[in-house]
This record gives sequence, structure tokens and C-alpha cells, in this order.
Amino acid sequence: MIGKPPHPGPGNRDSSMSDNSTRTLIMDGLWHNNQALVALLGLCPLLAVSNTAINGLGLGLATTAVLVASNSTVSLIRNFVRPEVRLPVFVMVIASFVTAIELGMNAYFHELHKILGIFIPLIVTNCTIIGRAEAFASKNNLWRSLVDGLSVGIGFTLVLIVLGGFRELIGQGTLFDQAHLMFGEAASGMTLKIEDFPGMLIAILPPGAFIGLGLLIMVKNLIDKRLAERRAASSSYVEEATGVTG
Amino acid sequence: MEFPTHSSPHTGRPNRVDKVMLQVVLALIPGTLALVFYFGYGVLVNLLLAIGSAVAFEALVIKLRKRPVTPVLMDLSAVVTAMLFAVAIPPLLPWWMVVLGMAFGIIMVKQMYGGLGYNPFNPAMAAYVLLLISYPVEMTAWLPPAALAEHHVSLREVVLFKFTGTLPDDYTLDAITMATPLDVMRTNLDLNMMISEIRTNPLWGDFGGLGWEWVGNWFLMGGIWMVYKRTITWQIPLAFLAGLVGMATLFWLFDSESFPFPLFHLFSGGAILGAFFIATDPVTACTTRMGQLIYGATIGILVYVIRTWGGYPDAVAFAVLLMNMAAPTIDYYTRPRTYGHGEMKS
Repeated sequence: MIGKPPHPGPGNRDSSMSDNSTRTLIMDGLWHNNQALVALLGLCPLLAVSNTAINGLGLGLATTAVLVASNSTVSLIRNFVRPEVRLPVFVMVIASFVTAIELGMNAYFHELHKILGIFIPLIVTNCTIIGRAEAFASKNNLWRSLVDGLSVGIGFTLVLIVLGGFRELIGQGTLFDQAHLMFGEAASGMTLKIEDFPGMLIAILPPGAFIGLGLLIMVKNLIDKRLAERRAASSSYVEEATGVTG
Repeated sequence: MEFPTHSSPHTGRPNRVDKVMLQVVLALIPGTLALVFYFGYGVLVNLLLAIGSAVAFEALVIKLRKRPVTPVLMDLSAVVTAMLFAVAIPPLLPWWMVVLGMAFGIIMVKQMYGGLGYNPFNPAMAAYVLLLISYPVEMTAWLPPAALAEHHVSLREVVLFKFTGTLPDDYTLDAITMATPLDVMRTNLDLNMMISEIRTNPLWGDFGGLGWEWVGNWFLMGGIWMVYKRTITWQIPLAFLAGLVGMATLFWLFDSESFPFPLFHLFSGGAILGAFFIATDPVTACTTRMGQLIYGATIGILVYVIRTWGGYPDAVAFAVLLMNMAAPTIDYYTRPRTYGHGEMKS
């Protein structure tokens, strides 16, 4: 085989599968490099579908499933795909999984599938998925790619749920509305409703998605800043302490 | 008499923010009084509520941002925002909606972008649009002008309704409130009525709605005074009104029975208020002279388009917000040539 690309990076050293790097991967996917809040990828489905928490959960889980499957597959075939044709191949891999997931959702979650509509097939175009395939899975081994796909997907799902919950709470005073679409009739008791809440329609409408996402990013940056301040404070405390004893 | 000679430069003092804002407040007073005269004390209660909450929210955010509070409050910009908002909303709007609108306008639209001078959107209009989109029923329930009202709502009744939601006895909300002239015109046109038919309604005055046109006139007076004092430039209001009237004349000449005559558009809804007070906001409008002409004219055209074919009765707020977005781009392409730089025109 000619032109087999060398694979630099820690991913190729199988022995480096320490707990530490796995934990870093998980933390990156969930928080530090959250695709929705930091990388701002996949915003089209994120903004369009997050009008209720359940819709967000449905789309998030579908995206996660595609992400895990495509990351694993791309990682497995990474040494057999010539770099010139890698993107079409990745897209084909992703598209096959999306088709499978879409048919599966149509069969088992038909009502939810009807609500999410075009956004299930559109997972193909979600930049997060091709982004992880190109930037991560094509350079890393199966285990790391799988962990990455799972943590990035869950990070994306969490943002979708939080944003969806926020929007339906402000917009119509409910939480987990239409939970039966996802969990069956038994879960209809999950739906919380504030009685006599006038609701702010704008939160359900598209502007609400943009405003809500902006607020979420603000909260994340605020938490990061607080954490950094605390870390700085504690490390300077340690330095002072060592300075005294030294 | 003494004629002191000052040393150069012999230019006027540049306007200060608080002075400009004070002039805007003064210019708003005649129109506001006319509103109170025609639509009752609700306007006054709105005004107090809006100013109070706007100043409180501004102080709160400035405090959170660890800036000195008093100088920022003294520039009166929050008061101007609150006044513009208060004259745009219906007199019987529940109190918490007024406060909510001001919270959104001051905190999210103004201070989160960095405060006065940094906000890309007009805070008063953003607050108005937030409420209009969220609570369309309450936001379109205006009181009829005093001359047409079956029941004059007293100050006590206004306060009671705004804070507790109780109506004066024997009256339903529908009996007290009434759609605005723009709303009536639009729904009747949707029913395929002809203009001459619609005009038989006692609601109409000489140009626009009864009462409404006079409010417009008083705002016009304040606006012309501001142009005279150079608080605002003439470009934006003139271009705005020209764009609106131009479009209206065009379609009116085309079919005068399905498109209302130009003066109706001029003296209905927020056209005059928008042209002189809202579109001219120095922070969110264009700054170059050429840009201001384009900006104003486009708002006028958009107002006509949205009023005639859009989903909401009045359009000034939407048109202004849309063009706020375009203002930096217009400014970029209309920058005047710096003296001594660039290509010479031959």
C-alpha cells in the first residue's frame, strides 16, 4: 500500500490508554470542548429542535448514536482510506448510519420521528459528526474514538435538553412535555406544568433559541471563570505555604 | 454691554450625552401629553412604571459590572428608552409586562452588549417586539380615543386593572378596548372591503384615526424642534417619511380602493414617532449623511411593506430593528472620502 499516512499523536500508542487520557477525553467532550457551547458546531439542529426538552433528548440521542457508530467505523477504516477520498468516504459512512437510525426511529418512536421531521436526516450535515470523524477518529484508535464519540454526543445531548427545558419552561410553563413520545404512556406523569403561567411565546419561537443559547454560553463561561479563579487562589495558597516551609 | 472675545477654536461646544437625552425627553413631552389626553391615565402609569423599572435595572446591572452608578444614570438614556417604550405600548398593558419589557430592553439588549453606545439594537423597540411577539392579544388591545369611548376609564380603574386584572363592573375587556386604526384598516381590507366603505366607521379622523393623528402631530412638533436644535439630523426623518409616503402614493395611485391614501400611513401608528425619535437613535442608526438617507428611506419602505403585506398591524419596530442590523454595513459602504486620501474625482 502506497502513501499510507503516518499517524502521529498519542492515539497510536495503544499502551497509553491510561485512565487519565480517557478522563481527559470525556471531560473535553462534555465540558471543555463541548461542541455546542464552545465549538458552536451543529447549531442548525440545536436551535431548531430544542423547543422542548423531550425533542432535544430525542435528537440528542439520535446524534449520539450516529456519532459513536461513525467515529468507531472511521477509526477502524482509517488506515485503508486514501487521504484524497477520505471526506466522501466519511460522509458515506455517516449517511448510512443516519439512514439506519432514521428508519429505526420511524419504526419505534413514530410520533417523535414525525415531530423531529427533517432534522433526523439532516444529522448527516451536522458539522459535529464530520468534524469528529475528520479531526479525531481518523487519527485515533477504536477505543479512544468510541469514547470521544460518546462523550461529545452526550455533551451535545445535555445542551439540547437544558436548552429545550429552559425554552419550554419559559415559553409554555411545562417541563418534559410530551414525555410519552420518548418513554411510552407510563411516562406521561413526568410532565410538569405550572398552572396559570402566561408563558412567553418568544422562548418557543426561533429568537428564543438564540437568546437561550447565548445565556447558556454565558453561564458556562461564568462557571469556567469562577473555577479558574478558585484554582488560581488555591495554587497561590500552596505556593505561599511551600514558600514558608522552604 | 460686554462682548467677550474667546480664544480659538471658535467652534460650538460638542453636545454632551445628558444634554442630548434631556432634549429628547423635552421633545417627547407634547406628544406624550396628547397621548394622555386622548387615551387616559394608563399612558401615565405606563410611563412611571417604565421609567422606574428602567432606571432600577440599569442601576442593578451597573452595580453588577462594578461601575460607578450615578454618572451612568445621570445620562438619562434609560429614561429616554423607558419613555419611548411607554408611549408605544397600550395603556392597559398589565404592569408586569411593562417591567418585563424594560428588563429585557435594558439588561439584555443594552447592558449585555456593553451599555450605552455599544448596543446594536434599539432597546425600546426590542422590548416592544419581545412583548408583541410573546403577548399579541394584550399588545394590540388599545383603548379607544376619548371621543369614542363608551366608558371613560378613571385613574383608579386603570391602576386596578393593570395591577390586579379586575375590570370596572359591568364591562368586559372587549367593550373597553378597541383595535388601533391600522388594525381596523388591515382586518377590513382582509375582508375585501373597499377603503371608502371602511372610512364610514366613526373611528376615522381627517387623515388617520381619530385622536391618533393629533398625537402624531404633537410628536411631529417635538421632532421638528429636535431637528432645529440639531439634536438629530434631518436626513433620517425626512428619508423615512419620504420612503413611507412614496411607497404609499405609488400603490394608492395604482388602486385607491384597496391601498389607503398616503396621509393615513403618515399619521397612523408609530410613523411620526418612529421617524423622529426611534430611527434617529444615535447609537443604532447610521452615522454618515449618505448612510442616514439610505437607512431612513429603507425603514420607511419596510414600514409600508410590513404594514401592507406582513403579519403584524404596525411595523415601525420591526423595520427599525431590521435596519439596525444593516446600519454598520451601510456605514461601511458610504464612508466619505478623507480629504487628501483616495481617488480624486476628475
